[in-house]
Amino acid sequence: MTTTFVPDTLVKPGRPWRRTHRSTLATLGFVAIAGLSSTGIVAVTGLAGPLGWYVGFVFSLAVLGFLGSFFRDRVVAIDLFATVLICTAFMTVLIPWVSIFYSVIKRGAPAFHKGYLTTDMLVTSSGEALNLGGLSHAIVGTLLMLIIAALICIPLGIIAAIYIVEIKGRFAGVVRFLTQAMSGVPSIVAGLFIYSTLVILVFHSFSGIAGACALAILMLPTVTRTAEEVLKLVPDHLRAASYALGASQAQTTFRVVLPSVRSGLISASVLGLARVAGETAPLLLTSGYFIKLTTNVGNGAIGSLPTYIFSALGAGTTESMTRAWGGACVLLALILILFIGARSLGGRNKGR
Amino acid sequence: MPTQLVSDASPDASPDNPVGRVIATEYGPSDKVFRGVITSGAMMSLVVLALIAGFLLFRGLEIFRDFGFGFITNVVWDPGDGIDKATASFGIGAMLVGSVVTAVIALLIATPFAMGTALFLEYYCPSWLRIFLTSVLDLVAAIPSVIYGIWGYAVFMKYGTSWGRSINEYLGWFPLFNVPAPIFERSPFIAGMVLALMIVPITTSVARAVYSQAPRDQIDAVYALGGSRWSGIRHIVLPFGRSGLIGGAMLGLGRALGETVAVYLVLNLVFRINFEILASVGGNVASLIANKFGEAGEYELKALMASGLVLFLVTLLVNFAATAIVGRTRGTES
Repeated sequence: MTTTFVPDTLVKPGRPWRRTHRSTLATLGFVAIAGLSSTGIVAVTGLAGPLGWYVGFVFSLAVLGFLGSFFRDRVVAIDLFATVLICTAFMTVLIPWVSIFYSVIKRGAPAFHKGYLTTDMLVTSSGEALNLGGLSHAIVGTLLMLIIAALICIPLGIIAAIYIVEIKGRFAGVVRFLTQAMSGVPSIVAGLFIYSTLVILVFHSFSGIAGACALAILMLPTVTRTAEEVLKLVPDHLRAASYALGASQAQTTFRVVLPSVRSGLISASVLGLARVAGETAPLLLTSGYFIKLTTNVGNGAIGSLPTYIFSALGAGTTESMTRAWGGACVLLALILILFIGARSLGGRNKGR
Repeated sequence: MPTQLVSDASPDASPDNPVGRVIATEYGPSDKVFRGVITSGAMMSLVVLALIAGFLLFRGLEIFRDFGFGFITNVVWDPGDGIDKATASFGIGAMLVGSVVTAVIALLIATPFAMGTALFLEYYCPSWLRIFLTSVLDLVAAIPSVIYGIWGYAVFMKYGTSWGRSINEYLGWFPLFNVPAPIFERSPFIAGMVLALMIVPITTSVARAVYSQAPRDQIDAVYALGGSRWSGIRHIVLPFGRSGLIGGAMLGLGRALGETVAVYLVLNLVFRINFEILASVGGNVASLIANKFGEAGEYELKALMASGLVLFLVTLLVNFAATAIVGRTRGTES
């Protein structure tokens, strides 16, 4: 007869890393104490305003983290200190961006009136009252140039990506490397290049097409790299199946690979457009700035949002400054729309 | 991809001895055309880069011939009567130094923050937040430089000036922080801060991509040995990602060197080699081009083309180095 030993209580494996109410409370308390002491610092010392409070907050967190080393294990104290540093580095980085979005909206809002998006600046100077004039010329010019830039750049970008991923040619590494290097070409250099070729030699004046070509150069690396990443997501068995059915490589690429990532490729293109929509320096050298609504992209200067902002800034009056912020607001909205569009289209293909 | 040749066709085929299916080895004519077109299209980036260098050299050659190496080292910008070198004198020494000074300030400020942000995104923040914040990071990378410029000019200038004044007050004995006159607006320090903000997204995203490839099993081993999260980062992630961080920082450096409009709006362009970063004296090759382009005569335009070529070559060099360094990390991981 055998007896089995059954313990009264089974020992459960511990989970020391699990977040308990106690540890959450401790973290909150830690932050709260730092906040309180920062309020004290602001009250006593010369630091003032929200930014001063934040500096005091970071300082208190660091000091508290350091004090922790007297009460706790050294490893834990260092870990706490590092956590404080890393989290505050992240929070500090967020502040200016929040400030940018906030000031663009707050300072740009007064520029908006009923006709702001539908009139141009032909009969209005940028120092005049804010209920006159608008930026229809700038919006139309920017959109036209973006469309032309897209027509030039997107086929080339996708071709380069096909070369790297599908053909895997001898120069695939070189093309990748050069594309990467090209993303660092300063925007003003692209503008100078287009100026010295298209503007001087071909059109003999500023033109929308020249501006679009400069934008296309700046856009090419983004489109190529994003398209390359998208194409890499196509599973190899799709290609294998296509070859097994007797398709050629061209047929496989155009009928199987590209259609399966259509939304991703569109997203890559739109992302590229979002990146160049606000380029200012190359447009100053290639498309110039024009105050009248025009759709003539072949000859003569044409308006655009970045140059609108830039020229309004140059005028220097209070009204023109508000106009510049209004232009910045519209430009940021355009980029946001493009960006969200790209994200929602490409969402399915995004890995992480 | 049809790569390997397997040809079983035998010459003396008969019903008893069936012919094996011939599997093509060579690309068909349509594929040859396809591959040719794609290959030539893919060389576009090479062609564009070569054309940029070629045309800028072609336009600026006269300047290099007239002023020689002095164009790089001299500190003067005088278009004279705008015809030839008889009355004109050009040298971008101050602007080159100014570009490097502002870019280095930006780099020194941005890199620690980018590193912290990358570590936070990869190892500290919950995953639902990470997806959102990564999108935000991509979005702020797309904020155009003119918006950074107007923000730096109208909003940040006030803070930057007062910070510069405080630094000068307490650390003025240090040569870098000394100023000839108590004017702190539009200094390289402020321009560097704005540039730092602009390059944080790119440095962060490169650093994050590399940090996320750190060997998970080794980090788990650190935890198993009783190490903290910081021990794992300190001993595994940071050594693994060092070259990625350096490469990302250099990509940021390249961007900061070539930035035009933001610098143009927040920096006082003065032709003087200046290392006193808080003083209202600075320069940048790109903003020099934007500044002088409007009123430039033909000869001065050539000088601007030559400056553009110098800027292009410098940034290209920095980018090549950065790409090579980042690529090395990617290589070791596989």
